[in-house]
Amino acid sequence: MTEPPISRGFRSRKPQTEQRDRVPPGQYLTTDFPVLSAGPTPSISVDNWSFALQLGGSLLAKWNWTEFQALPQTDLKTDIHCVTKWSKLDTQWRGVSFDTLLEAAGLSEAPTEYTMLHCDGGYTTNVPVADLKDGMGMVATQYDGLPLAPSHGGPARMLVPHLYFWKSAKWVRRLRFIEKDEAGFWESLGYHIYGDPWREQRYTGD
Amino acid sequence: MSESDLQPLDGNAAAGLLGEMFWRDMTTATGICAGCGSEGPFAEARLFASAMGSVLRCPHCDNVLLRAARTPRGVWLDMQGFRSLTFTPTPDAN
Ligand SMILES: [Zn+2]
Repeated sequence: MTEPPISRGFRSRKPQTEQRDRVPPGQYLTTDFPVLSAGPTPSISVDNWSFALQLGGSLLAKWNWTEFQALPQTDLKTDIHCVTKWSKLDTQWRGVSFDTLLEAAGLSEAPTEYTMLHCDGGYTTNVPVADLKDGMGMVATQYDGLPLAPSHGGPARMLVPHLYFWKSAKWVRRLRFIEKDEAGFWESLGYHIYGDPWREQRYTGD
Repeated sequence: MSESDLQPLDGNAAAGLLGEMFWRDMTTATGICAGCGSEGPFAEARLFASAMGSVLRCPHCDNVLLRAARTPRGVWLDMQGFRSLTFTPTPDAN
């Protein structure tokens, strides 16, 4: 098993990187944006939307849509990799980085090492803090210069592009800090607890 | 008598009991949703099939009743969204 050939997250790649070097093992390139969903597409008005940070069961911070849009926004161009084997290069996103959320919540650092992301529709996914901080994860509200479509997770989805795309949970509403890593929705149903596409961690036991 | 007074048997002993339930078409069962408590035929729940797995949801409250995924290591099944399932004897078709 070789080391991941590229830097992770939001750091820019070397501009001369060959396209094929950007496609993890077992993946193929697509120019479409396939929709993968395990439930009905929720229609969430931004008037009723909020995003919260929690520590266990207690609330650390909460923003409504207007407050969230007023936070410093981050633009990101990145490649995404779905466990169903498609990869898409140079996708363009805008949103609020995990680092910005921590800062806006008045936290100098994350209170625990792990998080569980909670979404409308009962979907959850677990992501370590180390894979969110230092620009590695964000809550995205725009794709390709437009508000994120409901079918792609709008009004807001998680974006953790260096992990398989199921970790970039659609319709995200809460980030809950947890002491120990726990399996989320797909992770408790045979999918890998971490999900690194460069190590092809698709399933439990990979 | 409490449950702890019972001498447990090897799980294999459940084969007969489970066979009574799982040999038949599961969709003929009636289920109670653990989310909202409503009861209805399995077949009235809504199935969302995706490339990662399938999710059965309650038609009343959208609670996830059942999740299943097929991976190279087997089929994974979670039915904790059902409080219970009832299998009634099916009358002979003919
Ligand atoms: Zn229900």
